[in-house]
Amino acid sequence: MNMLQRRPAPAITLQLLACLVMVVLPHTPHLHPWIWFCFGALTCWRAMAALRHWSMPARWLRLLLALLVFVGVYVTYGRINGQQGGIALLVALLAIKLTETDTLRDHIVAALLAYFVLISQFLFSQELIMVLWLAAGAWLVTATLLSLSHPQSALPYKVSIRHSAMLLLQAAPLMLVFFILFPRIPGPLWGLPSDSGAARSGLTDSMSPGDIGHLVTTDEIAFRVTYAGNAPPPDRSYWRGPVFESFDGRTWRQSADYVTGNVAGLSSRALEPMGTGVEYEVTLEPNRQKWLFTLDMPVQVPADARISRAGFVLAKKEVTERRLYAASSVLNYRLQSALPESERQRNLQLPAQRNPRTRNQAQAWRSQGLTDQQIVNKALQRFRQEPFTYTLQPPTLGIDSIDEFLFDTQRGFCEHFASSFAYQMRAAGIPARIVTGYQGGEFNELGGYYILRQSDAHAWTEVWLQGQGWLRIDPTAAVAPDRIELGLSAALPLGESMATALARRTQEGLWRSLRLRWDWVNNSWYRWVLAYGPELQEEILGRFGIRGWGNMILALTIMGSAFLGALGLVLIWRLQRSRVNDPVQNLWLLFCRKMQRQGLARAPHEGPLDYAERLSAHLPAKARTIRRIARLYIRLRYGHATTDPDERALREFRQAVRAFSAG
Amino acid sequence: MNSSLQEVLDQANQIILGKEKAIRLALCCLLARGHLLIEDIPGVGKTTLAHTLARVLGLEFQRIQFTSDLLPGDILGVSVYEQQGQQGRFVFHQGPIFAHLVLADEVNRASPKTQSALLEAMEERQITSDGVTRPLPDPFFVIATQNPQYQIGTFPLPESQLDRFLMRIEIGYPPEDAERALLGARARRDVLKEIQPCMNAGQLMAVQKQVENITCSSALLDYILAIIRHTRESGHFSEGLSPRAGLALRHAAQAWALLNDRSMALPEDVQAILPAVVNHRLQPADHDSPDTHAMADQLLRAVAIP
Repeated sequence: MNMLQRRPAPAITLQLLACLVMVVLPHTPHLHPWIWFCFGALTCWRAMAALRHWSMPARWLRLLLALLVFVGVYVTYGRINGQQGGIALLVALLAIKLTETDTLRDHIVAALLAYFVLISQFLFSQELIMVLWLAAGAWLVTATLLSLSHPQSALPYKVSIRHSAMLLLQAAPLMLVFFILFPRIPGPLWGLPSDSGAARSGLTDSMSPGDIGHLVTTDEIAFRVTYAGNAPPPDRSYWRGPVFESFDGRTWRQSADYVTGNVAGLSSRALEPMGTGVEYEVTLEPNRQKWLFTLDMPVQVPADARISRAGFVLAKKEVTERRLYAASSVLNYRLQSALPESERQRNLQLPAQRNPRTRNQAQAWRSQGLTDQQIVNKALQRFRQEPFTYTLQPPTLGIDSIDEFLFDTQRGFCEHFASSFAYQMRAAGIPARIVTGYQGGEFNELGGYYILRQSDAHAWTEVWLQGQGWLRIDPTAAVAPDRIELGLSAALPLGESMATALARRTQEGLWRSLRLRWDWVNNSWYRWVLAYGPELQEEILGRFGIRGWGNMILALTIMGSAFLGALGLVLIWRLQRSRVNDPVQNLWLLFCRKMQRQGLARAPHEGPLDYAERLSAHLPAKARTIRRIARLYIRLRYGHATTDPDERALREFRQAVRAFSAG
Repeated sequence: MNSSLQEVLDQANQIILGKEKAIRLALCCLLARGHLLIEDIPGVGKTTLAHTLARVLGLEFQRIQFTSDLLPGDILGVSVYEQQGQQGRFVFHQGPIFAHLVLADEVNRASPKTQSALLEAMEERQITSDGVTRPLPDPFFVIATQNPQYQIGTFPLPESQLDRFLMRIEIGYPPEDAERALLGARARRDVLKEIQPCMNAGQLMAVQKQVENITCSSALLDYILAIIRHTRESGHFSEGLSPRAGLALRHAAQAWALLNDRSMALPEDVQAILPAVVNHRLQPADHDSPDTHAMADQLLRAVAIP
């Protein structure tokens, strides 16, 4: 019977099923429950077949199931390819394949598919914990393959586990060569439709009341920062993001030039640094936006990005993958001490006939003959003195949102304060705009870096004063100074902070320390492994004169061949050493090869007498010669306690073997 | 082959029908100066086999039935005070162990103390009693039998002591035609009485000397080494073979070669005696392994002849 038609032991089938469950498990978040149900049910069915001899579904049922799966995936995901749809189809079809997995060949196919399912996980996540899980998966699948390949299916688990670990370790150098040299292709992997992570949270290109308040309830990380020197104090760590200059009475938006993408850069003369710069590196989580967060105000930015007109950094492409960039900023500066008239107009624009009370009050301040600076102070003083409350749960506002907030509800989050302050300034004829970004952050002592989360999202204002340029005014600081100094949870009423995800963050002790450690490990994993993308690869390989894909592939081929060649040489050398330089044995092996060509190969454990008998039975005509050769061989090889050259017998043996022809 | 050896086999085969392989292995074991353990259910001819061998080889034979109250003195002998006129002195009365071939029947029923007295005598080929060392006769063999079932109230031999037996064989049920002949024939005991010895102790020792002179080439030693290494390194067995087991393989292979009328030991000889020599010395690493016969077979297939 053909080896591949053999039926493996039930224990090995179960081992394979366990491996498959293990490799499918991490796909859970992007598999529709029905796919899991289908996979689980069919796997159980197959397990029962192995354990209790249940019969497998009939052929027509399998075909029907396969058809249903295609239709189901199409209906659920809208297509049968792409990341999610493709994987769903793969998992479901794998489950159906299991129901016809009977022979050794089928098992091997299923094990190889398990590798494929394993590797497809990287389309979704490259987190360290996932990599560890997948490495364990590869280990077990390899062990299963080893068990499957054993002729009697009798390999003890301990042996197969150890051997598979050794195989993986042996593959590690090759893996390193591939890691370094395989060309990184920028953009979504292999041009697959990127339908993952559509719903990323983060700052957006507009700001309405409640937006940031909603955002801060999530604990997701926005970016991490490592400073080259000392970190600035919390009240100076404002991470500048999108600037909003256009207001429709409710929502702040970017101006038209940003929306069209045809935006001017900030001229180098407009920013006058005062004092030395701060250098830092940012690891930005993908947010599907073009902006890169920098400390207020950036002076040096990555090569593929520039500082835009409103002073925040725009990259050429959206950040779809985690990105590491270096930048430097100055904390003291004077920005645009001369404001062009067009920008002045843009930052004074207000929707007509809305919020009359605020407008009147601002005009009243102006008519009192106050200077711009005094009006700013007046507005801030108002926030301080009147009973404004900083809260995550502000009441809903109607059409005159600014009026209602300033005069009636007086409860709001940072966007309410920033928005109303900017409105007041514009109403009083002072150019003002909204800046959004992040403020504060959590320090990870272990890795020496800051973590900025969505809960650190913030909005503040800038006003333009004659002779001083754009000044950062943070009205939230006037209402809730704790927000700036100690972070969000310190500033919120007790009940609110406990009610949100923030509660977890503020807990001290073991949990926090473990969490920070884990974040450090993950960050290191990213910085040392995942950050090795197209740019870094080009830069590092460029130092060795390897530029462009063609050369990378060439280097990869050379290195790979060199590695395999070296491995081959070592193996040949070991084989040479193990093969005794023994003319008798070599002649015997020659004889065995001659017989092998007749389809009568000697089994490795078959002794010369047994072999000669078997051969004689197959080739009765040659029996006499075969027996004579065996007799001579036995005499030469086993007839002497020491290697005693019996020249005559050796000559006879040589002649006999050379003259022998089985055909 | 030595014609008297062929005669020994022929005679023995007349007494024990249909068990050529077992008899050949038993004789091989004795020729290699090894002790033999026969493990099988009652009534398949364990004792008869021992009797027959003693008879045809012309050896002095003693049988000790092991029981739980058997004492070391019952095997080795005791010193007894004897009055001779005015003076008295201690006289050593030899136990049943002073014989060429000792049959230790149901060895696992005796207490460990008694078992170890026997096993020590087997190893040293001498006994020490009252501070006096007394050599045992030469040749000296022990054939021990044990019943693998009904182990209640028995003391199974530990692995370390099993190692002292060169071989362990099983006899098993006779083939049907042999059993028919057995049923129709006279009692074996009567037949046994009529058998004439084919050898004597001196001739047997000469044959043993011949066994030692059978050539073991370095290629054969390499093969034995490969087998031992495989038992130690493959992970299929909880423990590998001991150096004593290696020597046992070599001696048994030499004896087997002599029985097959060859002047050199071949890999085939090692393979023939391998199950009998290693099966009682190896434990599979995972205990759900099929059975011990498959174990030796698997070992044999796993090791290539160098």
